[in-house]
Amino acid sequence: MNTKNVSGIFLIVRKSLAQHKLSTAVTVLSLALAAGLVMSVFCIRNETYDAFTGGPVGFDAVLGARGSQLQLVLNTVFHLETSPGNIPWEMYQAVKRNPNVVLAVPYAVGDNYRGFRIVGTDKQLFTDLEYRKGDKFKVLPGGRFFDPLKREAVVGSYAADKTGLKAGSKFNPFHGLVFDERTRHAEEYTVVGVLGPTNTPSDRVIWIPIEEFYRMSGHVLRGAGETYESSAGEEIPDKHKEVSAVMLKLKNPQSGFLLDQTINRQGKAATLAWPIGRVMAELFGKIGWVNNILTLVAYLVVVVAAGSILASIYNTMNERKREFAILRALGARRSTVFTAIVLESAAIAGIGTITGYLVYAAIMSAAAVIVRDQTGVALDVLRFEWVLVITPIVMILLGALAGVIPAVKAYSTDVATNLAPMS
Amino acid sequence: MPILEISDLRKSYTSPGGESSLVIDIPRFSLERGEQIALQGESGSGKTTLLNLIAGILKADGGRILIEGEDMCSLPESGRDRLRAGNIGYIFQTFNLLQGYTALENVMLGMVFGGGSDNEFALSILGRVGLEDRIDHKPAQLSVGQQQRVALARALANRPRLVLADEPTGNLDIRNAGAAVDLIRNICGESGAALLLVSHDRNVLDKFERVETLSGINRGLNN
Repeated sequence: MNTKNVSGIFLIVRKSLAQHKLSTAVTVLSLALAAGLVMSVFCIRNETYDAFTGGPVGFDAVLGARGSQLQLVLNTVFHLETSPGNIPWEMYQAVKRNPNVVLAVPYAVGDNYRGFRIVGTDKQLFTDLEYRKGDKFKVLPGGRFFDPLKREAVVGSYAADKTGLKAGSKFNPFHGLVFDERTRHAEEYTVVGVLGPTNTPSDRVIWIPIEEFYRMSGHVLRGAGETYESSAGEEIPDKHKEVSAVMLKLKNPQSGFLLDQTINRQGKAATLAWPIGRVMAELFGKIGWVNNILTLVAYLVVVVAAGSILASIYNTMNERKREFAILRALGARRSTVFTAIVLESAAIAGIGTITGYLVYAAIMSAAAVIVRDQTGVALDVLRFEWVLVITPIVMILLGALAGVIPAVKAYSTDVATNLAPMS
Repeated sequence: MPILEISDLRKSYTSPGGESSLVIDIPRFSLERGEQIALQGESGSGKTTLLNLIAGILKADGGRILIEGEDMCSLPESGRDRLRAGNIGYIFQTFNLLQGYTALENVMLGMVFGGGSDNEFALSILGRVGLEDRIDHKPAQLSVGQQQRVALARALANRPRLVLADEPTGNLDIRNAGAAVDLIRNICGESGAALLLVSHDRNVLDKFERVETLSGINRGLNN
């Protein structure tokens, strides 16, 4: 194929696309949806997997009541699901003293404010934890972390944004993890700080001192086996205290292995969810079939879109027989006409795929908002994925392939019989 | 050496009933460089078949068609395409302009498969046929006479050595037909291209110094 033919081919393709604007636009749209869907399915799958299994957590393991490790992780790391139960305060103290543990932070859950979880915890969460390497929680200017012995609260950025709570605001917690107007606690808490955004599930949480969590009316402690309800001004004995979970930062991976042996395999009193990423990966393994179905649907949409190119170009072949005959009479070779049709088909696929990036951006943005709203996990919508390069290439190749059948028809156009009239 | 030299050219068509009919049987015919010949023939006499054979659009059953010394009949289809694109300009009775293309683009297409596109030459030749202000018009936006001139410009865009014109005035009235033939002859004369024009219109034929009848050179019609 020489350069003279190439310029002719491009002219033919350009003119044909312009002449068949409507069918081209409809086909481009279907391809854009297909490309956008495929890229989104793959990227959402990869990014949710990475965000949930390797996102910024800050902790290596979670110690909680005997039961499901997944439930424990979902409840404490992602602030979803219910708590599997409580463990005694003494167990928290024991694990805190364990030489394999660098940091142990207690969590007590069971209340909410307008649907946002309230977690009773220790000030160490703010002072000692790096939720991401080099990043600690920070309060926005004008705020501070809570006093462990006062009815104060620090609010995550997303929760603050949605509830309107800010430094100086007062609120009453509601009992349970689901918001119900009738379960309002009598105690009033004062917001003393709003945390800066961390793009982690912690942004959806309202943090209060664990001591004040125990003292909330209706909260019954069973750390010693018998029920205990705190009284104002009276110190709560440690033996009665209990926690929903203890978040652990371990010395090294071997520490996790040792604790796993001690707590999960030899002990029966508690469960250690370690490593957190593996626990979440198991969840993704269990729901992998959903991804497979979505992927299959996306592939089918691509095949249908490729079929739509074939149909849209093939349908124009009869009306274009004369055009091909004229082009041939002007010196265009059969291969030139064939190439022009294949290129036209590939061009439609190319334009569709480029438009597909807009669809991809829209789907990813919507997905990121939904995931953020529901879990607090931030998806990196700008992250590079190979599928963003491979999809256009595959789509263009598929488009070119779809153009082969109409191109064969154009190739076989007889010049003389289509250059009417004869004299 | 003549620009076109035909010898023992034969072409038959087979009817749906399987009967073969010899349409073209030309023992000898030639056209000198720069020469202009009108070929007279009635409708259905095989004029278009002859031009299509010369242009390599149809393949002959036998014989030779030498164009610039190269035998069109012995070439494969791609070779015939190349020889046509590089040496022949073809003006069709119905002009065969591409409807979605502007006048300029139609002319450019006459170039790209042969000598390569030359925007300036395309513009100059459209100017030569009086369409400098119609270059962006599509065929439907042009009069029949203007369309005919675009077809002429396209046929000459590739600086052909041989121009074939198949009833080029068939769709024009008498006044425009005369002007069109004059224009075709003048421009071919200016560019040095030989012209083989077929027509059954006496007014057109009378404008040529040399007029041949198809029946005079073609024995196929007499069978």
